[in-house]
Amino acid sequence: MSSAEFVQYLVSGITSGSIYALVGLGFTIIYAVTKIINFAQGEFVMLGGLISFTLIYRAGIPLAPALLLSILITAVIGALMYVLAIRTAKRASVVSLIIITIGAAIFIRGIAGQELTKDFIRLPSFSGEQSMSFLGAHIDPQALWIIGTTVVVTIILHLFLTYTMVGKALKACAINPVASSLVGINPKTMALIAFFLASALGGVGGVVFAPLTLMSYQSGVMLGLKGFVAAAIGGFKSPVAAVFGGLLLGIVETFVVAANWGPFTSAYKDAIALVVLLLILLIRSGKLAEEERAG
Amino acid sequence: MRNYLKYAVVLVLVIALLALGGISCSTGEEGGTTPTPSATPYKVGALFASSGFNSTLGQTQKPTVEMLVDQINKAGGINGHPLEVIIYDTKSDTATATTLANKLIEEGVVAIIGPTSTGESMAVKTIAAQANVALVSCAAGSVIVEPVGNNTWVFTTPQLDYVAIDRIYTYLQEGNITKIALLTDTAGFGAAGRKWLVDQTMLGKYGLSIVPNGDQTYGTSDVDMQAQLTKISGTAAQAIVCWGTNPGPAIVARNMRTLGMTIPLLCSHGIAFKSFIDTAGTAANGVIFCAGKLPIADQLLDTDPQKALLEKYKTDFEAWYGAGITNTFGGHAYDSLMMVVAALKAVGPDKAKIRDYIENNIVNWPGTGGVYNMSPQDHNGLPRDAKQAMILVKIVDSKWTWLKD
Repeated sequence: MSSAEFVQYLVSGITSGSIYALVGLGFTIIYAVTKIINFAQGEFVMLGGLISFTLIYRAGIPLAPALLLSILITAVIGALMYVLAIRTAKRASVVSLIIITIGAAIFIRGIAGQELTKDFIRLPSFSGEQSMSFLGAHIDPQALWIIGTTVVVTIILHLFLTYTMVGKALKACAINPVASSLVGINPKTMALIAFFLASALGGVGGVVFAPLTLMSYQSGVMLGLKGFVAAAIGGFKSPVAAVFGGLLLGIVETFVVAANWGPFTSAYKDAIALVVLLLILLIRSGKLAEEERAG
Repeated sequence: MRNYLKYAVVLVLVIALLALGGISCSTGEEGGTTPTPSATPYKVGALFASSGFNSTLGQTQKPTVEMLVDQINKAGGINGHPLEVIIYDTKSDTATATTLANKLIEEGVVAIIGPTSTGESMAVKTIAAQANVALVSCAAGSVIVEPVGNNTWVFTTPQLDYVAIDRIYTYLQEGNITKIALLTDTAGFGAAGRKWLVDQTMLGKYGLSIVPNGDQTYGTSDVDMQAQLTKISGTAAQAIVCWGTNPGPAIVARNMRTLGMTIPLLCSHGIAFKSFIDTAGTAANGVIFCAGKLPIADQLLDTDPQKALLEKYKTDFEAWYGAGITNTFGGHAYDSLMMVVAALKAVGPDKAKIRDYIENNIVNWPGTGGVYNMSPQDHNGLPRDAKQAMILVKIVDSKWTWLKD
């Protein structure tokens, strides 16, 4: 592998890894605050892409406002999902709530396919299609947008969680929901905010990713799965670890395919994420069980 | 009491939702034609991918059929009997296609046209054969109809994959290209095509060889082929042949542009639809593919025997459905349906006789794909001479241009 090829693969891996990171962030935030694994997370990325497409090409809204609007709409849908599907389940067990999110995912996918579009869609690239040269590799400018947006979002999220009241309340709820409610933090409100935030993150991912690739109403399935793996690598605890997990997954995926390692030809690219997931679960299941017992 | 009220509200909401969704979300999106009341209608079944990844191929097929049925019924039907085509949406999914095929057979259709893709056709043809119902497919995999001995009930109207490959390889040979790389879909049409693309006899005939590391594949729903293309750019390949339908080749074109690859990209007639150009954007320019004559009908000479038919189809279809969207896939549906109609006119709604008619009497039969000569040895009917069967189209300035030799 020449150095130019290495850089090419690295950038490609970091690009797709950034999207997985954004999805993983969403998983982590919701899990940390509510202990629910939200399997509709991937669908929010899909919604980000498809809603912007609808706004731009059907409603004629210009690019920038359409993107912001679609992120907002996606976040609202996430919040609605919490209010209508999760909160109304009242005292259901966590497992039941997880199953509800699976149902919500299927529902969102179906509605998107039916009402928005069943075709593969693409958004216009933010800054043109002229690829740039970097250390011998060719980089689509949209890849830089994706990586840049993920970095900025992660930083903003970190600042939000550490320095704002709401952010600190979210963290408190994640650490100990009972103690938090004792000091006046309403766990239901925190859960709502967590869902809103996670869906917004997904929407951002969809909006920056759609110009680079093609999305359809079914794109959320694989993205959600890979984001789940990213969050699993991060242990579902720390947002930074989820970002790291996403990037790691993206890079591993690209290089394994590039090296034709074992049975992993390009046809089995998606299987790599699942293999990684199996490994994580095997390694962590021991750890998780210990943590459960410790309380 | 309050609990019961809540349950009741939820129940009513669910029923309302189901009613709203159920009309459009049934296992098959029903479309079709209402027969004008008179004699008993002739029922034909149709399976098209109106949604899913092959919807860009299937989206012109349903309206083509609806338009033709409307024309036929307005002209008095077939020998006085109205034509009724029951059209189902396979959602580009093989399993759905087989379920719907069974449904059509239960509904008593005398022939089935479609499905849109090779994968679906391979699944559906066994069902049709078991029910002794003729299947006139709109897909190009030669495995669908060959060997004919095993496929007595199956026909197909597009140019077959190995003819398309002959055409592409002829062009490469004439361009003095000897080393090529492949990028093929792992399923359906792409996989079927790959078998021919790597065939040593086929390659030897045109003096071509596939470079080491040059035989790459991608998954049907993959959205990034940069890894495969990066590998190819490290080889001595002088051209890339991409075999697939949607969205693979469009992504390949775009990725090649991003990676700064300038070697020619050649594709099959599986990209002969407008949204390839929309999806690939400026990266579509320079792509060469083979096809029937429909994409460049306006550039044909008036003396060309197919020009009148092609132009009429284009004009009628654009008046019926909308401008700028005519493509060869609608043309395949046109050919498949009109063959069944010809059979119905001659022998009436008898499944076995319809099959016999198509096999033996579709001779010197002009369609959008070419002039068909079906026979017991040939259930496709188009010439096997590549230059006769297919022309080359180059995308220039986002438009289809006839690449003449």
